[in-house]
Amino acid sequence: MAVPVLAVEGLRLAIRGDEGEARILDHVSFSVAQGEILGIVGESGCGKSTLIRAILGILPRGARIGAGEIRFEGENLLAFSEAELDRTVRGSRISFIPQDPYLALNPLFTVGAQLLESMRRHLPGTPREHREQLTKILRRVQLPDAELALDRYPHQFSGGQRQRLLIAAALACRPKLVIADEPTTALDVTTQQQILVLLRELVDDMGLSMLFVTHDLGVVAELCDRVGVIYAGQSVENGPARHLLRAPMHPYTAALLACHPDRSDDFVGIPGSVPSPLRAPPGCRFAPRCAQAQPACTLRDPALRNAAPGHAVDCILYDAQDGGR
Amino acid sequence: MAGFVLRRMLLVLPSLFGLLVVTFLLIRTIPADPAVALAGDNATPAQIAAIRESYGLDQPLPVQFLRYLRGVARLDFGESQYSGRPVALDIAQRLPATLELTFAALVIAIGLGIPLGVVAAMHHNRWPDFLLRIGSVAGIAVAAFWLAIMLQMLFAMKLGWLPLRGQLSAGLTPPAGPTGFLLTDCLLAGRFDLFLDAARHLVLPAVTLSLGGLATITRFTRAGVLDTLQKDFVTYERAVGFPRGRLIWVYVLRNSVVATVTQIGLLFGGLMAGAVVVESIYDWPGIGSYTVQAILTADSKVMLAVTLLIGLIYAAVNILTDVVHALIDPRLRESR
Ligand SMILES: Nc1ncnc2c1ncn2[C@@H]1O[C@H](COP(=O)(O)OP(=O)(O)O)[C@@H](O)[C@H]1O
Ligand SMILES: [Mg+2]
Repeated sequence: MAVPVLAVEGLRLAIRGDEGEARILDHVSFSVAQGEILGIVGESGCGKSTLIRAILGILPRGARIGAGEIRFEGENLLAFSEAELDRTVRGSRISFIPQDPYLALNPLFTVGAQLLESMRRHLPGTPREHREQLTKILRRVQLPDAELALDRYPHQFSGGQRQRLLIAAALACRPKLVIADEPTTALDVTTQQQILVLLRELVDDMGLSMLFVTHDLGVVAELCDRVGVIYAGQSVENGPARHLLRAPMHPYTAALLACHPDRSDDFVGIPGSVPSPLRAPPGCRFAPRCAQAQPACTLRDPALRNAAPGHAVDCILYDAQDGGR
Repeated sequence: MAGFVLRRMLLVLPSLFGLLVVTFLLIRTIPADPAVALAGDNATPAQIAAIRESYGLDQPLPVQFLRYLRGVARLDFGESQYSGRPVALDIAQRLPATLELTFAALVIAIGLGIPLGVVAAMHHNRWPDFLLRIGSVAGIAVAAFWLAIMLQMLFAMKLGWLPLRGQLSAGLTPPAGPTGFLLTDCLLAGRFDLFLDAARHLVLPAVTLSLGGLATITRFTRAGVLDTLQKDFVTYERAVGFPRGRLIWVYVLRNSVVATVTQIGLLFGGLMAGAVVVESIYDWPGIGSYTVQAILTADSKVMLAVTLLIGLIYAAVNILTDVVHALIDPRLRESR
């Protein structure tokens, strides 16, 4: 099999703060193959944004990666220096679409000034050529009045338009991988739909790979080729979107699907609440809320095991199938 | 932008008018009968009546107010008791020295305060931050007169690096114009020797006057930068590889100085008050030392003129603060 564009393996991350050590990620694993969209799904607070920050090397102060690997195009990103990341990864080979287009653009600078900043650093060519390239992409993402956009300020655009600006910026540097952090969460439903369609088109046209983070299973169903489900900082299940959504293996994935409003008329919640990373339970972090929990769940070391081709799950219920380890 | 400035100017007109009303009422009401006060102790009723008539004090109040306004408009404040010269002339002669001093103090405070604030924020809760925080508390707490005397003792008397007081060494004649600003005039006259001498005289008073402002600007810039660093757009800018230097000194800093600019505007009050002390200690021939003389000799005409001048400077600084805010933030340019 070809080397995946991005492979995260057994990633463990803690942030030391005033209240002690928050174990935010505990054994996160997934990979993104060339040309595919991988959806990372998890409830809010489960560590999705922190995971992205770890990949891009922009972790907050006090964060420490305790174990695991992040390989991008075969290279270990964790071994890169800050300068190397800036020069060869961030904004060049990996680009980023942020969650909230209302907050992600600097309000005091023209859109052109900020979006061209990264291009100027990472692409050859004159400022004029950069402007022309960016304007072309702005037309491609269907921004109205693309020619005038670069001289305007962020507040002169609607949320959907701003997200198109940020998508254009993410594509302008011709990345290998686009990382999107809930790019439609802050938008209204209609705009959300348009942006999803646009992203799918762009990925297919340009042969990109994308890591698409979301808390919304409906979005995953619509957009993603494969899915990784995270609960409280632990990877619980990775698999092809069609399989995983139709026949979830992990009790958490199943519960998540069951409470998706599109799927069931009578809304069932999951009893209990997501544990704080400061007080994460031992073993499987979902065990305290799991209907099928066993005493041994709290003793397991987290580890994904293949349960079907291309489909891995981390649950005691499936350990027996390949004899455990 | 021109329209913006014009609107701001119109907005300060009511305050200036209010200042004129208040000052007028103070002159009219503090001495129970101004004519008696003006005539002196041994005046006859006839003399008092004559004075009342010649000063127009027998006219109705609105008429008197209009006369007052006319006098202010013509910059006619009468003669200083102390110097015996028209007050307006004294002020015109002394104002440049004060402006030069406050400008130098402000340049020091802004030029050092903003970078120090950024450095403190970048090293949040590490030793450069702690040092700067202690320093800025000390800078605000320390009394200007004490600092001035310490600096004089160290740099002028002990080390002899800088002159003790005054604006120019004894025996040197300042150039005769054209601007009245000593440093500028020296340069325009091509007298670099004089310029250097004047600049050396400026150092200690300017440093003394700048200290409180320097501390305030450092603190507000630090707080502003810390606040901005939490913003989503900074995360975005880091995530897409903005060059580190430009990220901090351009993209973050511009978002962080709004409160600092407001403070710099407010600092002007402190600088004016500080100038009174600093000019007296360093024997600086500006408005500050002039005001001290006026207060000591109860020279009410000078005090009136200085009060109006400070009011005018305040109004101008207010407009300037708003303009700078609008230059920083495009949203302010269009929303009003
Ligand atoms: N700088 C930080 N210091 C301490 N805890 C943090 C920090 N940033 C995030 N967290 C915690 O990490 C967890 C995951 O946060 P985040 O990655 O933003 O989740 P998500 O993006 O999935 O909503 C949350 O519990 C959050 O409180
Ligand atoms: Mg998030």
